[in-house]
Amino acid sequence: MTAPLLQVQGLTKHYGTGRARAVAVDGVSFELEAGGSLGIVGESGSGKTTTARMVMGLERPTSGTILYRGEDRTAPPRSAREWKRRGREIQIVFQDPYTSLDRKQTVGDCLAEVVRLHFPGDRAQLRSRVEELADLVGLDERQLRALPRALSGGQRQRVAIARALAAQPQLLILDEAVSALDVSIQAQILNLLADIRAEQGIGFLFISHDLAVIRQICDDTIVMRYGEVVEQGPTERVLDSPEHPYTRLLRDSVPQDGWDPLAGPARF
Amino acid sequence: MTALLTVEDLTVDLKVGDEMRTVLKQVSFSVGEGQTVGLVGESGSGKSMTVRAVSRLLPEGAAVTGSVRFGDRDVLDLRGDALRRYRASDVAMVFQDARAHTNPVRRIGDFLTEAMILNGKTGRRQAEATAVELLEAVGVHDAERRMRQYPHELSGGLLQRVMIAASVAARPRLILADEPTTALDVTTQAEVMAILKRMQQEYGMAMLFITHDLELAGSICDETVVLYAGEVVEQQRSAQLHRDPLHPYTAALVQARPDIHRRSERLLSVPGHPTTAYEAPAGCAFAPRCRFAQDRCRAEKPALEALDAAGLSRCLRADELRGALLAPVEAAADPVPATGLAAGPADEEATR
Repeated sequence: MTAPLLQVQGLTKHYGTGRARAVAVDGVSFELEAGGSLGIVGESGSGKTTTARMVMGLERPTSGTILYRGEDRTAPPRSAREWKRRGREIQIVFQDPYTSLDRKQTVGDCLAEVVRLHFPGDRAQLRSRVEELADLVGLDERQLRALPRALSGGQRQRVAIARALAAQPQLLILDEAVSALDVSIQAQILNLLADIRAEQGIGFLFISHDLAVIRQICDDTIVMRYGEVVEQGPTERVLDSPEHPYTRLLRDSVPQDGWDPLAGPARF
Repeated sequence: MTALLTVEDLTVDLKVGDEMRTVLKQVSFSVGEGQTVGLVGESGSGKSMTVRAVSRLLPEGAAVTGSVRFGDRDVLDLRGDALRRYRASDVAMVFQDARAHTNPVRRIGDFLTEAMILNGKTGRRQAEATAVELLEAVGVHDAERRMRQYPHELSGGLLQRVMIAASVAARPRLILADEPTTALDVTTQAEVMAILKRMQQEYGMAMLFITHDLELAGSICDETVVLYAGEVVEQQRSAQLHRDPLHPYTAALVQARPDIHRRSERLLSVPGHPTTAYEAPAGCAFAPRCRFAQDRCRAEKPALEALDAAGLSRCLRADELRGALLAPVEAAADPVPATGLAAGPADEEATR
């Protein structure tokens, strides 16, 4: 049997010590199969982003283990070389396409830089790979020559996705990657992500506070609160018949047809 | 219903560098006494500019035509004391980012009592007692202690309640809420909306509620105005917005939004990106992105017209498309991604 793409066991992160100790993530466990799509849903402070950062190697877990294809990835990389190797395994797309791109670098250069770093080759190869990536996310020639400031939010997020895919990772972490986008643009990006997953067989770890978006893109979902997983299972089951009261509260707080804030659970 | 706020043919041009750029084009709507009206749109649609015009907070050098009337007063003509009175006791704003709109070095108590004390009608002690009452009314526990705290000691949801307390302090007749819950978690959003609605009912205030969230507008507003590229494209009863949209843009928004109850095979995305009023093409501003657009849509400018009793729509084909706007698209070939470059950063800021 082959090991799952990602296996997280008892992941815990504390900040500070003694009385100032804060528990950001508390004993989180989950598995993601190759090509699968796992959603992490929760509100601010639930620990979903810290979990993602530990999987990326940007934070060192206090305890617990992270396995990528059965290999230990718990500690952050120690060398530039290891960072690079891990970069070809896991990549991330952040929420804010306005601050996560270099404003002085054209889109084409931005993509070329990552391609060159991971897959050295001659100019023609480099060029064709950049074009391939641009094509994959729906950016044209003119946009490749542009600086980020000439692009809209949705176009910038396409660049961020292309940049993440340039390293040909098997796992893509999307941290609120569509939350800042207008509804009409959000739909474009969600469809694009579904296509990429179908074509490339990349696994998604999709972090979001938006249950409707989670339903659209994730096969399985874990619900986090105060650093702990309160519920996990197939997305449909979790959203249709939640077992934990908090999951129900989350679902019922979403404005929808017939929603009345005054009828909601009074918690103050 | 008597109209409390009447906006008529409001057109706003902003100075960007050396040129004037249109951000609102002949926007008209009204808010009745005690009524909640939603303004819905994406970035660049002009929803925030509309509220800024109503609260007379437009940037310097803005050219405004049309009229904004509050009761029998002409808001655009208010000067000096009259303007101050209008802002102090007739309308109140609740902003999206409470943290950016509170002074980080002043305590919550100072923030809440400042206006009352400056008005000269209340002493400090009385003002503080009122502030504590207000905080309790918006569901803040331990109000006495909160009064002595600074904004950074409060969570986003708590600070937004403080903002609401401050805005209702003067018992305004109209609350202008600009995406007041966008930065909040969903459960906090539900609580804050409940507080806003309760305050509104208790004090009989009207509200102009700005949001990009069609579902939210649908559930809390009586009437919703949909803006696109600085123009009103649709206006009707909020509850009907989802079921029977009158304009293709509203229908597109409804369909583009993922559904919390079921996964769709493919979302119906809208090609291109939202435009601002000054980059809008001749003819219908939405035509380049509209799946129902015909040649005449690109040539002829549609007017905002009534569709029997249902509401208003700015679409040449509104009548013939009535009821068919939400039809599923056959062979959901994805629209070609946007090819053009978006507006420069200056424009985005100007319209944000």
